[in-house]
Formats: sequence, structure tokens, C-alpha cells
Amino acid sequence: MKGRRLPRVTIWRIIFAVLMAAGAYATYLRVRYGLGGVTNLSDRFPWGIWIGFDILCGVGLAAGGFTLVAVVHIFNIEKYKPILRPAVLTAFLGYLLVVLALMFDLGRPDHIWHPLVMWNPHSVMFEVAWCVTLYTTVLSLEFAPAVFERLGWKKPLDWLKFISVPLMIVGVILSTLHQSSLGSLYLIVPNKLYGLWYTPVLPVFFFLSAICAGLAMTIFESWHSSKAFGRRLELPLAAGLARVLAVLLMTLLFVRFLDLEQRGMLGLLRENRTETWLFALEILLLGVPMVLLFRRRVRWNPAKLYGCAVMVIFGFIANRLNVSVTGMEAGSGTHYVPRWTEVAVTLAIIALGFAIFRVIAQHFPIFEGHVHEEAAAALPAAHEMSGEGVPTGAG
Amino acid sequence: MPKAILYDSTMCIGCKSCEVACAERWHLPYDDKVAAESQLSAHKLTAIQTFGDHYSRRLCMHCAEPTCASVCPVGALRKTSLGPVVYDADKCMGCRYCMMACPFQVPVYEWNKRLPKVRKCDMCYDRQRAGKPTACAEACPTGATTCGDRDALIAEAHRRLAAKPDSYYQRIYGLQVVGGTSVLYLSAVPFEQIGLRTKLPERPLPQLTWRVLEAVPDVVSVGSVLLGGIWWITNRRDEVARAEGGKK
Repeated sequence: MKGRRLPRVTIWRIIFAVLMAAGAYATYLRVRYGLGGVTNLSDRFPWGIWIGFDILCGVGLAAGGFTLVAVVHIFNIEKYKPILRPAVLTAFLGYLLVVLALMFDLGRPDHIWHPLVMWNPHSVMFEVAWCVTLYTTVLSLEFAPAVFERLGWKKPLDWLKFISVPLMIVGVILSTLHQSSLGSLYLIVPNKLYGLWYTPVLPVFFFLSAICAGLAMTIFESWHSSKAFGRRLELPLAAGLARVLAVLLMTLLFVRFLDLEQRGMLGLLRENRTETWLFALEILLLGVPMVLLFRRRVRWNPAKLYGCAVMVIFGFIANRLNVSVTGMEAGSGTHYVPRWTEVAVTLAIIALGFAIFRVIAQHFPIFEGHVHEEAAAALPAAHEMSGEGVPTGAG
Repeated sequence: MPKAILYDSTMCIGCKSCEVACAERWHLPYDDKVAAESQLSAHKLTAIQTFGDHYSRRLCMHCAEPTCASVCPVGALRKTSLGPVVYDADKCMGCRYCMMACPFQVPVYEWNKRLPKVRKCDMCYDRQRAGKPTACAEACPTGATTCGDRDALIAEAHRRLAAKPDSYYQRIYGLQVVGGTSVLYLSAVPFEQIGLRTKLPERPLPQLTWRVLEAVPDVVSVGSVLLGGIWWITNRRDEVARAEGGKK
């Protein structure tokens, strides 16, 4: 990067290059041959992993942004400020990547702007489209101070400060609405979605689990940036979030089972079907870290804390894929396994997210204080790894 | 007066004239290969299906309160006062939520086109507006498929059930299912035996999501006040703390 030297070859760079090449080829095929040429979608199974993973998981994992904004600026718990900006950046990038993924999935990406002018307020999708558009705008404004600080623009900074409180409130409300609405999307398919997942309170579960995923992502990314930039992990903050996470996970799991019991669906757990096992996997991936995170010793141990965050992220992903893919198969009367091109596009988008986060974190004041530039410059390791693509979680 | 189609499975001889007429009307290719397909697809908007000794016909049900129209974010699908549910490809952005949501799995997609559209039967909206019957009803040699005013067809269906009680399963499919449909079925055997979905709820599905969407204005107003209030209190508390700290 700096100077005219060739970038050094590292394992992460090789992985990144391979993922980007595969993604580029898949993109070419998508443009050339349409959805049918690159996906295993069918008339009976019109939504695959581009919706189930890229959109549902992408938006959920970006929930750390609005959660921390609420914690720091609305509840005024200032001590979490050092991890606010990375969380907002994650959210901002996450939403941009979600829109990018949508361009792959929509049959007519050139019509993506239509919901803004052609209204149907009866459609959950219409509400999601508006919320995501508005919230991405809010996120860009919430992230803008980092850019203005770097450029030394005082006027726009003052201006943003002036509108910051209403802006943040709007952001939290928009997030609440569309995080839950992604669950409402599935309220319309009582006849298709398997009983372990279909419930009238799906929007509430989506909202709660998104906050869990957002907190887990914040811990995850603090850990990674502490490694990558040679900073110390803000352990007291991460541990504090982890405690909240444990309580939220307990609430989520409790209401999920309460709901299953109320709807008389607990009997489904005795059936030896794929759905039962995938449900068990999902519950374990959320339940095990919940139990562990209630222990102080786990919360204050960086490696264990990180492990728990990863488990929660995977548990969250399992939930979204269960709702959008596995839970829908039996009711749709068909099977769906993504084609390699679908996976390639998804992985390329994730890798792109990690890479952009890294580049921005190196060049803009994302982490507390102004140590970032010196730290990044002083540590060759930081530059060496740029283009890192950790193949877990989403951008 | 809303229009409807009545399909009487007991009168159908499986000749597929309706399929041919439908393909012609949409300018879709039709040959032996297409004729052999029993599922709806982008090139087959109605299909005759065989269940043992009985035939059945698949086509858009034209629900009274269509799920597809309620979920479409851009309003590309619309229930007309005449009965047909019609589609406007110029609006459609290809999210395929209609395909997800349709309880009958009717809308299909042009998967292999670069500028794809959703496809489904539109009950020959243009012909009906001109006072002509649907292409399928016109082509049907036995009268198994007829079209007309929904009320008149329901009356006719009841007449047939009463006239030949032994030949019919004594129900009309489409009266109540998901709030009623504009395609009605008569059959010799219970409907699930000719592939119709009998486990669907009787109330229209759009209510399921509308209940939640209705709450949006409340979330926005109560939410803003609540969050604004919390901010004011916590901010004021910090100000007071700072001011008192400063005096000492």
C-alpha cells in the first residue's frame, strides 16, 4: 500500500483474492444468465441464501450499531463510547453490503428504487424497504463525523452535532421497526413455515435476537480489531456487553419455549426430523454461551468471551437460516441446496466487508483516541494483514 | 359484478384444450413436451393434473383478498373490481415475495431471463373487460371450465350438487378458503384427493401482517417520546452531576 512495494503475500490475502475472483466470476454469470443460471431457486422455493443469509443475517448482525447508539447517546452510558464508532461503522458497512446483496437477488435490480415512489403500505416488504433506505442514510450521517474529523471540516461537524440527538432517536426507531419486520415477512406463510419457527410473535423474536447478534458482533469485532491493530481489548466494556447479552439470551430462549408451549408445539421436538435437529443446534448455539456468559470468569477471559460471541453469531445465523430456508422446505414441498455461485457471491460480499472495514479503520479515527494512526503505522503487522477476510460472520 | 371461473372436475376429460388456448392467448410455445408438464411454470400458466381417475386444473385462484397483492411492495399486483388479480411488470422489482406468500404457490418466475417477470393467469382480464369469456372457458369442449358472474356460478354449482348428489363430493372449493377465491371447484372426491389445499385458513392471510403493520405509527410516536424522554432525563442527570461536581 504505502510506497511502491508489491503487497506481501499472506494467507488472508490469498483467501481474499480467491474469494473475490470466485465472486467476480459468479457475478458475471448472474448478469449473463439471470437468476436461473446461478441459483438453485425455483418457483416453489423463490428465496434462498441471498435472502436468508445476506439480507436476514446481514441486517441482524449490523444491529450492534443502533444498540450501542441507544446505550451511549440515549441512555447516556458514556463508558461504552470507545466501541461506539466501530459498531456504527460495522452497521453502516453491513447495510451497504445488504443493498449490494439485494442487487444480486432482485430479478430487476434496476427497479430497486420503485418502493420509494410506488407505495403499498399493506406490504411488510414496503416498510422494510423504506426503513432500510432511511436507516442507511441515518447511519451515513452517524458515521460522517469520523470522516469530517479526518478532513478537519468544522462546520459540518457542528451541524451534525446539532441534529445528532433527533437523528439517533430516529435511527433507533427505524431499526426497531425493520429488525422486527424482517420477522413479520414470514407471518404471511403460516402454511409453509414449520411449527417450531412460525409464530405470531416472530417480529418480537427477530428484534430480540438481532440485539443479541449485534452485541455479539460488537464483542467479535473488538476482539478482531484488538488483534489486527495491536490494541488492547476493551475488556471491561466487552465483559459488560457480555453480561447484558447473557440476560437477553435468557429472555429470548425463555420466551421462545414459552411460545412453543403456548401454541402446543413442544410435541414437535419429539419427532425425528431434520427440523428438530436443526432447531436443537440453534438452541444449543444460543443456550451454551448464555450459560457460560453468566460466569464472571468467562466474561473476563478474552479467548472464552470471543468463543461465546462466535457461538451466539452462529446461533443467530442458524435461526435465520432455519426460518428462511430449512423451516420452509417441507411446507414448500421441495428441497433447496444453494449452488456454488450463490455461496461464492455471499462469501465475496463478507470478505469485501472485512476488507473495507479494515481499510477505513486504518485511515479514519474509528477507535478511541488518536492512537489508531500511530498504531497502524508503527505496526507492520497491521498493513501486512490488510485485506483480511475472516470467513466467519457477516459484514 | 365480480367474475369467476367454475371448474367441474367430474366433467373434465383431460383433453388440455384449456392449456392450448391459454398458451395461445399468452403467445407461449405449446408442444407435446409442454403438454406433458403437470406443474405451473413461466411457460405454462394453467395445467391439467391427473389424480387416478380424476382430473384437476391448476391456475391462479384470484383470491377475494389476494395475499400476493398485499405483500407486493410496489403494488405491481392488484385485485380488479371485475375479479381478476392482475400484474404490472413495469412496477415489479423482482423481489418474489408474492411467490413466497401465495398460499397456492401460483406465481412463477422467468428464472432464465435477464429482465425477468412474474407470470400467472390473469383470468383473461382484457377479454373479460370486453365482455368475452376467458380463453380456457371458451375452449373447453365439455363445459368443465365455465366463466361468468361469481354469484351465478355459485348458484349453478349448488344446482349441480343437488341434481346429482351421488356424483359429487358435497362441497364447493373456493367459497371460504383464505377468504374466498374467484376460481371455484367441484369434485367427485374430497378436494385434497385432487391436489387442492384443504388445510388453509378461512380468514384472508393479509390480516396476519396487517395486524403488525398497523402498529407502526404507534411504535414511531410512542417510541420517539419514550426515547426522547429517556435522553432528556439521563442527559439532565449528567448535567446536574457535572454542575454539582464543578461547585465543589
